[in-house]
Amino acid sequence: MLRWIVLCLMCIVWPAHAELSIEITGAGEHQTPVSLVRFAGDPLLAQSMLEVISNDLSRTGLFKLIDPVGKQPHKVSEVRAAEWPGVETLLLGTIQEVDGDKLAVRFSLFDVVRNAELTAQVVTAKRAHVRTIAHRIADLVYERMTGSPGVFSTRIVYVNRDQDNYRLVLSDSDGYGEQSLLTSKEPIMSPTWSPDGRQIAYVSFERQRAMVYVQALDSAQRRLIADFPGSNSAPVWSPDGKQLALVLTRDGSSNLYLMGSRGQGLRRLTQGYAIDTEPVFAADGQSLLFTSDRGGSPQIYRLSLADESVQRLTFETGSAFSPRVSPDGKGFVFSLYKEGVFYIAVQDFETGQAQILTTGGWEKKPSFAPNGKMILFATEVLGRGILATVSSDGRVKQKMVAQRGDIREPMWGPFLK
Amino acid sequence: MKRLILAILLTNFLVACASSKPKEEVVAPMASTQPSATSSEADAQAAQAAADAQAAADAQAAADARVTQGAADELAALKSKNSTHFPFDVDVVQEADHEIILMHSSYLAAHPDVKVRVEGNADERGSSEYNLALGQRRAQNTMRALVLGGANATQFETISYGEEKPRCTEHNEACWWQNRRADINYDAQ
Repeated sequence: MLRWIVLCLMCIVWPAHAELSIEITGAGEHQTPVSLVRFAGDPLLAQSMLEVISNDLSRTGLFKLIDPVGKQPHKVSEVRAAEWPGVETLLLGTIQEVDGDKLAVRFSLFDVVRNAELTAQVVTAKRAHVRTIAHRIADLVYERMTGSPGVFSTRIVYVNRDQDNYRLVLSDSDGYGEQSLLTSKEPIMSPTWSPDGRQIAYVSFERQRAMVYVQALDSAQRRLIADFPGSNSAPVWSPDGKQLALVLTRDGSSNLYLMGSRGQGLRRLTQGYAIDTEPVFAADGQSLLFTSDRGGSPQIYRLSLADESVQRLTFETGSAFSPRVSPDGKGFVFSLYKEGVFYIAVQDFETGQAQILTTGGWEKKPSFAPNGKMILFATEVLGRGILATVSSDGRVKQKMVAQRGDIREPMWGPFLK
Repeated sequence: MKRLILAILLTNFLVACASSKPKEEVVAPMASTQPSATSSEADAQAAQAAADAQAAADAQAAADARVTQGAADELAALKSKNSTHFPFDVDVVQEADHEIILMHSSYLAAHPDVKVRVEGNADERGSSEYNLALGQRRAQNTMRALVLGGANATQFETISYGEEKPRCTEHNEACWWQNRRADINYDAQ
C-alpha cells in the first residue's frame, strides 16, 4: 500500500475527461532540465497547450520540468540567462489567431547555457485542434533534443472488455480522443494497424467463432476477409501493405497463411500438427517471425518466405509469445513466460541476446512505438486489465488505466502521414 | 460402480415418468345398429378387431410418450455433463473423461440427425492467440474421441474461444482448471 502512495506522489494528474489515467515511474539515464513558458495569446488556449506539452515531455522520462515561477519571456530577446539557474532549455512562444478560425503558433526552443536558439518554427491549424498543435510542438521539441522523431501525434488501438460488452477502441497515444470502432457482445481480439495507419484488421467472434475483419478508419467500412471453417485469427499486414499474414485452422491445425490485402489468393506457409501463430513481418518483408510450439514449448521462430525454411530464434528459459519487430529492424520484442510470470523482453537479431525490460506480471502483447523508443503492452494491476509502456532501455515506465472495464490487446499505430 | 448408479438413476427416471401418466382409456367404436340376422357375428368380430386395433394404437402412443420423455431426460443428463478437461498446455483427451465421451458418442451414434458444436477453451497462461489455437486443438481432439466412440464426423462443428470467454477470472489453479476444457454444445445456432 505504501508503495502505491509513493508512486502516486510521483505521478502527474491528468484532467478528468481522458478515458485513460496515466502514471509514470522511473527516469531516463539523463534528464534534461527544461522550463516551459506559457505562450503569449489567448490564456485558455495557452494553458491547454502548456498542459499537453508538459504531459507529453514528462511521459518520456527524459525531461525534468522546472516551473518558470512567474517569468514570462515570449521572445528570445526577452530571456535573461541569469534568471534561469539549473535550467538548460526554454520553450517559449506566441499564439496568434489568423484567417478567422485558425491558430498560428510561433515557438522557440532556446539553449540557456549556450545562449543559442535550437529551433524556431510555426505550427498552424484550426482552432479546434489545440491538442494536435500542442502534440506537434512536443514532437518537434523532442526531435530537436533527442534526435529521434516524437510519437506524441500517434494513436493506439486496444480492446475494452466490461463484463460481456466488448469495444474496439482507437485513441491518441495519451488516451484522449477515444473512439469506439466496434461494439459487440462477443469477444474482439488481435487488432493490428495497416502500415499507412488507415485501416485496422481484427478478430471478431460476432458470428460465434473467430473471423478476421478489416475496417477503414475514415469511413468505418468493414470487410470480412477470412471466415474459413474453424478459427481465423492473428492478422498482420506486410510492410508494403499489399499482403496479410494470418492464422487459419481450416486444414486441421493452426498454421500460417498469406493472402492479398483484399482477401484474395490464399497461400499456406506452414504444415504440420504444431500450433503456429502470431505471424509478423520482418522490416524487409522477406520473412515472418511467429510463435510455434513445434519444438515442444511455445518459442519464436523465423520463416523465410523465399523457401519456407524455419529457424528458431528464442532460447530463453521459459516460453516465448507475441513477437513484434522493432522499427529499425534490428531486433524484436516479445512476451516471455518464465516460472509462472510474464515479462516483456527484447532480443537483438544479430547477437541473439535477450534482455528482460520489466519486473513481471501478466505482461502480454507488446508493440513498439514507431520511433522504437517505447513499448506498449497489456498487463494487470489489482485484478484489472490495464495498458503499460516501458522505454526501450527499460528505465521509464507508465501505467494507463481505463475509467471502466479491462483493457487488453493493444497496438501502437504508425507515424501520421 | 458409477456406471451402475447412473444406470439405476436413469431407469428410475423412466419408471417414475411412466407411472405418473394417467391410465389410457380404451374406447370402443359404436357397433353398427343395422339389424341383420346373418351379419351380426361378423359385426361383433369387426367391432372386436377395431377395439383391439385402438387398444394397440393407444398402447403405442403411451410407449412413444415414455420414450420421448426418456429421450428428453437423457439429453438433459448429457447436457449437464458435457465438458472434457485438460492439464496445462495439454490437448489430448484424458482417461478421466472416457465415460463422458462414451455417453455422448453413444447418443450421437443413435441419433445421426443430431448436430453438435464442440467449443474449446484455455486458461490465461499463454498469449490470447496461442490459447485460441490450443482451444481449437482441444475441441478437435474431443471430436475425434467422439467419432472413435461411434459418432459421425458430419455431426460436428469445432471452434475455439481460447481465453476469451472464461468461466472465472481468478489467477489460481482452481479457476484455470475450469477454463481448460472443451464443451459439447447441443444448442448451438
